[in-house]
Amino acid sequence: MRLKEHPILDFPAGREVVFTFDGKELRGIEGEPIAAALHASGVRVLRHSPVSGRARGFFCAIGNCSSCLMTVDGMPNVRVCTEPLKEGMVVETQKGHGHLPID
Amino acid sequence: MRQAETTRTVNLLKEVDVAVIGAGPAGLAAALACAEAGVSTLLIDANDAPGGQLVKQTHKFFGSERQHAGTRGIQIPSLFTEKLANYPNVEIMWNTNASGFYDSGELVLEDEKRFMKILPKRMIVAAGASERFLIFRNNDLPGVYGAGAVQTLMNVYGVVPGDRVMMIGSGNIGLIVSYQLIQAGVDVAAVVEAAPCIGGYLVHAAKLRRAGVPILTSHTVLAAHGQESVTGATIAEVDKEWQPMPGTEREVECDVICLAVGLMPLVDVLWHAGCEMKYVPELGGHVPVRDENMRTSNPKVYAAGDSGGVEEASSAMVTGEIAGISAAKSLGHQAPGADARLAQLKADLAAIRSGPTGEKISAGVRCATVCGGVWE
Ligand SMILES: Cc1cc2nc3c(=O)[nH]c(=O)nc-3n(C[C@H](O)[C@H](O)[C@H](O)COP(=O)(O)OP(=O)(O)OC[C@H]3O[C@@H](n4cnc5c(N)ncnc54)[C@H](O)[C@@H]3O)c2cc1C
Repeated sequence: MRLKEHPILDFPAGREVVFTFDGKELRGIEGEPIAAALHASGVRVLRHSPVSGRARGFFCAIGNCSSCLMTVDGMPNVRVCTEPLKEGMVVETQKGHGHLPID
Repeated sequence: MRQAETTRTVNLLKEVDVAVIGAGPAGLAAALACAEAGVSTLLIDANDAPGGQLVKQTHKFFGSERQHAGTRGIQIPSLFTEKLANYPNVEIMWNTNASGFYDSGELVLEDEKRFMKILPKRMIVAAGASERFLIFRNNDLPGVYGAGAVQTLMNVYGVVPGDRVMMIGSGNIGLIVSYQLIQAGVDVAAVVEAAPCIGGYLVHAAKLRRAGVPILTSHTVLAAHGQESVTGATIAEVDKEWQPMPGTEREVECDVICLAVGLMPLVDVLWHAGCEMKYVPELGGHVPVRDENMRTSNPKVYAAGDSGGVEEASSAMVTGEIAGISAAKSLGHQAPGADARLAQLKADLAAIRSGPTGEKISAGVRCATVCGGVWE
């Protein structure tokens, strides 16, 4: 859920962009971390541990803890808690450890 | 202040007098001191804006007036960047991570596209701290968030973490973030604290009690519940040895468990640089052994702010400035009046660390300071 009113802070209206999460179209604010956009849309499970298979969400929000690794535009292991959202991004739940795209 | 030039060269070996890692309050103060002393300064931060932890501190700061007490944390970074902008000898690289320091004296930086090598004559590590974790059943469920993360999500991006939060930890961070959650319209189920009394300042706790939030001292969390994300938690009372007492278990309805159980200094680059490290619980973990000028056992390397021991922004600004002045001085440069300023800063630091809350920090600092206060 997004805050509309706050006693101290103003949140400048950013540009709304469309991206996909596992094929589903979602909306977020350009430049905010992908994880913030997902959270605002109610997505809390960002991946499953490749070891235990258990659900993982975000934890530190500063790119330190690796809890939030996802595949973004084909690139695996992207820390979505710090990666800025861009128009048209393809965000996917990562399967396993991920493979680097070879071009 | 110049914007760093962008180039795709991989092996760019740039020489600089002082490299400052981290642009939180400590790094900003260090860079400004170097700028004033006239040495070439490179300030590096992984974020795209200055401030470190300050970017989410919406409350008015406690501490001493010289260190901007009474100002909201979010307003402090620009006080520094406005001054830094006047110095052509300062270069800032945002979105850049300092990832390694080698025996050759090279510091490796990376941004989205490149690796770069820097050859700094001195290095000041002001990388801050990271959140501590806590052991309980299902602690890996989505919805168990660090307090810093909750603050970032809510105060920087305007997204609330959930509907009902249980806060673990009643230090200043736990108390302040709880209050900020309420300001954002989120329910706070309780603040849970294992110690018999709260760790933070009474003013912050009083605001929460007025808002009707229970502060449960001598309590801990035993388990989180839920399949794919948090739907509740079990808490229990603890005895004097901090052991849960059977029969006191209680269910709490919440969709977020927020951990505010302390921070741990970020010291990776200091390990790389071979600095002598010491485990000092009062300072949050492994910290560099230092002299009173914040120099580590490696004569080229200084530490400042939470990287030298978890404390607060006021002292981070002071240790940052001390490190900056000292690093420049070791290269033969100093601004007029630098020695008097250094003495003043050391007195400020002693004042910040006086009083009952400063006792623990002071003990830690004594333990982390090299024998006799100066390196041989
Ligand atoms: C909820 C909360 C409330 C607080 N309230 C107060 C208060 O009222 N008064 C007070 O005095 N203090 C307060 N503090 C504490 C204060 O915010 C911190 O102690 C202070 O920010 C520490 O400053 P620092 O410069 O050492 O580190 P930080 O502010 O953590 O900055 C470190 C910077 O280094 C960067 N960095 C780290 N590693 C690298 C790397 N390898 N490469 C490049 N960049 C890197 C990070 O991106 C970050 O910008 C509060 C803290 C919290 C969490």
